[in-house]
Amino acid sequence: MRELSLHILDIAENGITAGADCIEILINENRKADLLTIVIEDNGRGMPAEKLKNPTDPFITSRTTRRVGLGLSLLAAAAQRCDGKLEIETEAGHGSRVTATFRHNHIDRAPIGDMASTITTLIMGNPQIDFVYSHIIDGEEFALDTRDLKEGVEDHSLIDPVLMHHLTQNIRNSLNRLALKNGTSEATEGNHG
Amino acid sequence: MAKLTIDDLKKIKEETAKSTSLRDGKANVKITVHMGTCGIAAGAREVMNALMEEMAQTDRQDIRVVTSGCMGMCSSEPNVTVEIQDAEPIVYQKMEANRMRQVFKRHVLLGEVQTDFALAKM
Repeated sequence: MRELSLHILDIAENGITAGADCIEILINENRKADLLTIVIEDNGRGMPAEKLKNPTDPFITSRTTRRVGLGLSLLAAAAQRCDGKLEIETEAGHGSRVTATFRHNHIDRAPIGDMASTITTLIMGNPQIDFVYSHIIDGEEFALDTRDLKEGVEDHSLIDPVLMHHLTQNIRNSLNRLALKNGTSEATEGNHG
Repeated sequence: MAKLTIDDLKKIKEETAKSTSLRDGKANVKITVHMGTCGIAAGAREVMNALMEEMAQTDRQDIRVVTSGCMGMCSSEPNVTVEIQDAEPIVYQKMEANRMRQVFKRHVLLGEVQTDFALAKM
């Protein structure tokens, strides 16, 4: 995938498929330590034992529409080629946590890309699910919790496209501000439109 | 810490000229953007972005957008399924932002199936 934000969208959709009603996404960019950490956590049904034995094996998959599952394998490969790794913790009935680490300034690391689009795509396509997104750049944090947002909405769902459009802009601007406060950052890359 | 709060959202809503509370009526159109690994890698998020922009520009309150997983037709991704009530669902293939805009304007709003982009009737 061209952007890490696309991997995040993909892994988050895994959690939704696993029946989660809350997905937490954490991105921590620590440039002093040259470390990028991405955590995607869901409260779905967890991974079956067979998959957990070798979670990044593309030929073990719970899907029924085709015989290979590539989401985790692709993210593992992306992390490994940047001197990082992919860790998966899962418990039946309690959900899964996927942690990917990267060397922040590794030449092969894909840009984080358009996180605002990833988040609003998730919200728009799954209005019944709660999303918690936290993005830290050198200790400065941006946070969004759709449970907070839903309190202010009459019908408790965030499906209005005009609202979503503005939310995207708002996230994008907030991330840009965060990045500018700390010099240049990946958060400003790949933002178009 | 920068946190997006209810106040921010209220502000966003106030900036939004159109009323947002009217969208609780019945859904007559369902648009599914398929978001498996294959779809995402092929550009489904950009299709979704274009769809959201088109949605924001229309007054229609009866259109719902959902995402789903892979259909097993990975080579034709990004796929989009348009289901209009009392009509056959149409699966579109190899979508991109401009095709999505055309499908939205012609098929969703006017009911003209865009056979050039269609993969199948379901």
